[in-house]
Amino acid sequence: MLEIQNLHANVEQKEILKGLNLKIKAGEVHAIMGPNGSGKSTLSQVLAGNEAYGVTKGQMTYQDKDLLDMSTEERAREGIFLAFQYPVEIPGVSNLQFMRTAINNIRQHRGLDEMNAAEFMKQAKTTIQQVNLDPSFLKRGVNEGFSGGEKKRNEIMQMLMLEPKLAILDETDSGLDIDALKVVADGVNALRSPDRAIIMITHYQRLLDYIVPDYVHVLSNGQIIKSGGKELALELEEKGYGWLGIADEETA
Amino acid sequence: MSDSEKAVKELIKREYEHGFVTDIESETFEPGLNEDVIKRISAKKKEPEWLLAWRLKAYKAWQEMEEPEWALVNFPKVDFNDIAYFSAPKSTADAPKSLDEVDPELLKTYEKLGIPLHERARLAGVAVDAVFDSVSIGVTFKEKLTEAGVIFCPISEAVHSHPELVKKYLGSVVPQRDNFYAALNSAVFSDGSFVYIPKGVRCPLELSTYFRINEANTGQFERTLIVAEAGSHVSYLEGCTAPMRDENQLHAAVVELVILDDAEIKYSTVQNWYPGDENGLGGIYNFVTKRAACIGKNAKVSWTQVETGSAITWKYPSCILRGDNSVGEFYSVALTNNLQQADTGTKMIHLGKNTKSTIISKGISAGKSNSSYRGLVRIGPGAEGARNYTQCDSLLIGDKCGAHTFPYIESKNKSAVVEHEATTSKVSDDQLFLCQQRGIDAEHAVSMIVNGFCKEVFKELPMEFAVEATKLLEVSLEGSVG
Repeated sequence: MLEIQNLHANVEQKEILKGLNLKIKAGEVHAIMGPNGSGKSTLSQVLAGNEAYGVTKGQMTYQDKDLLDMSTEERAREGIFLAFQYPVEIPGVSNLQFMRTAINNIRQHRGLDEMNAAEFMKQAKTTIQQVNLDPSFLKRGVNEGFSGGEKKRNEIMQMLMLEPKLAILDETDSGLDIDALKVVADGVNALRSPDRAIIMITHYQRLLDYIVPDYVHVLSNGQIIKSGGKELALELEEKGYGWLGIADEETA
Repeated sequence: MSDSEKAVKELIKREYEHGFVTDIESETFEPGLNEDVIKRISAKKKEPEWLLAWRLKAYKAWQEMEEPEWALVNFPKVDFNDIAYFSAPKSTADAPKSLDEVDPELLKTYEKLGIPLHERARLAGVAVDAVFDSVSIGVTFKEKLTEAGVIFCPISEAVHSHPELVKKYLGSVVPQRDNFYAALNSAVFSDGSFVYIPKGVRCPLELSTYFRINEANTGQFERTLIVAEAGSHVSYLEGCTAPMRDENQLHAAVVELVILDDAEIKYSTVQNWYPGDENGLGGIYNFVTKRAACIGKNAKVSWTQVETGSAITWKYPSCILRGDNSVGEFYSVALTNNLQQADTGTKMIHLGKNTKSTIISKGISAGKSNSSYRGLVRIGPGAEGARNYTQCDSLLIGDKCGAHTFPYIESKNKSAVVEHEATTSKVSDDQLFLCQQRGIDAEHAVSMIVNGFCKEVFKELPMEFAVEATKLLEVSLEGSVG
């Protein structure tokens, strides 16, 4: 589904990714771990097409298409979804309006008719319960005045509504209490299917107790330095990043 | 260039859609202003002596006045002798008796503008008084209004048909020497609407006036007077467009609202005068004085404005809250783009006891434009228990525009409560990226964000105006992001 070869990317003239390779097949769940500053978030932003990040070298192929040729919204319409680490607020634009616009833009791209209002409402109401948010959140401005945990759950709700093919979760677990973490994990697990792939970016092993990955990769200094199965995460948890010779201010 | 920049550039390219010129024969005075010109305007309209005297008094006052320079706007001095002060389509020199007598070219213009004249008006349930350059073209739905006892006609006609009302109220809210542009308007006003709602009557239709400047080098000086007798209610809509011309045109209007006991006037404006091109060439100078006097107890006035046009806007719709418990509201969206400048806001003058006012102002600046909110809240010594709530929000699109807030608060009564909140925000790259990541293109995202920002004001607009305002914002968003 996704193949990344020798990816180099920078932000504000500083090179962050320095030759990253990654291959993901449909149906797989990959966890990308690594200390702060290793390039985890940069990878998610580059995959989603944030223009603040420049790709200087390398290739990204998604469903046999060159990702670098696709605009941000095209990538989204082709099924790439990014759950943001710090979701921004859009005051006055209701969650409902926002999601409806998004869904219809995606549907239009796929040659489908607009979703009718009743069907959309029904789906939105079911989904918001799934992430344990009050239905009143549907009418509130996107993330407007939401707590950190509410914002993260709102991201998961959008993910479930948009039914992406490739979902990227950028530190969705950070700052969540255990109940919220379970809600997020349930949402992600509900999305798992043989035709979808999921990339989970995380600093801690904790999330992986709830969403068990097929593969774990360790990112350091812009490169993947070690890959393995789910047991790699446990080993990391036990031994710390120092075990791989990586300095990490939080675990050091 | 980023996607968002591209999207906004796309929007810039959209042309001002009302920029056509109607080719009809007009009778236009030669440019220049003196007593003789005023006498000729008055004679054209066969005005009574008292009105001519009133105009001349205003002219004298104007000659001694200075142009206000305190507003945060920059423009070359207007040469008032370069402007023609009267222009009327020739075919109406003998005043049309009905719409059938109106020049078909003119009716076509209105059709192009989408004004619901004729049958379309009936469907829309709107009575329209269209002012084309200086003359009212015909008021629709007179009959239905007459039945209710409502008077809705060109002010030039009201001078003849209801002289006692005009004489009593003209200049009662905005005196001749109120300010430079109001004095000029008082001297040379050519037409405008007159509305009178009798005691206890709820106006059965929404009243509407459409203004258009067609002739080159003419100023438009319309004068609107609305009187709401005790217990009455009226909703009034006003729309404005002009052709695209390279030279600037002056629009100096005066609107006076008189509201008696328990009466209510809701006054909505969608102002889309030609704003000039992207280099700042041409466009309308919109120097307008709008004021409402809540004379009676429990009187209520609500100004709602969506300002997207004009090269320069200088406009402060105000409320004088004289009657006890009277209420003043001001809801405003002012969008500036390219090199547009807007200095707009309101004045709430609390004189009566327990008077209340609300100000919600949303300024959006894009391109290299500048938008200022200037507002005065004054609580008089007798305004026991007065309350004001002000909220001023500015939204910046791109990094070459400016937003400014100048709130003036004067309170002479200790029991009064005045609140002021202000915010400034930017359409951020992060917001755009979030929208795009969800499949929404940048162009759509910007207008969605701007509409969200304006929501509190849009919900105050009558339905069909709200739709128009939303579309207008989409077209007018000609800024640069990033």
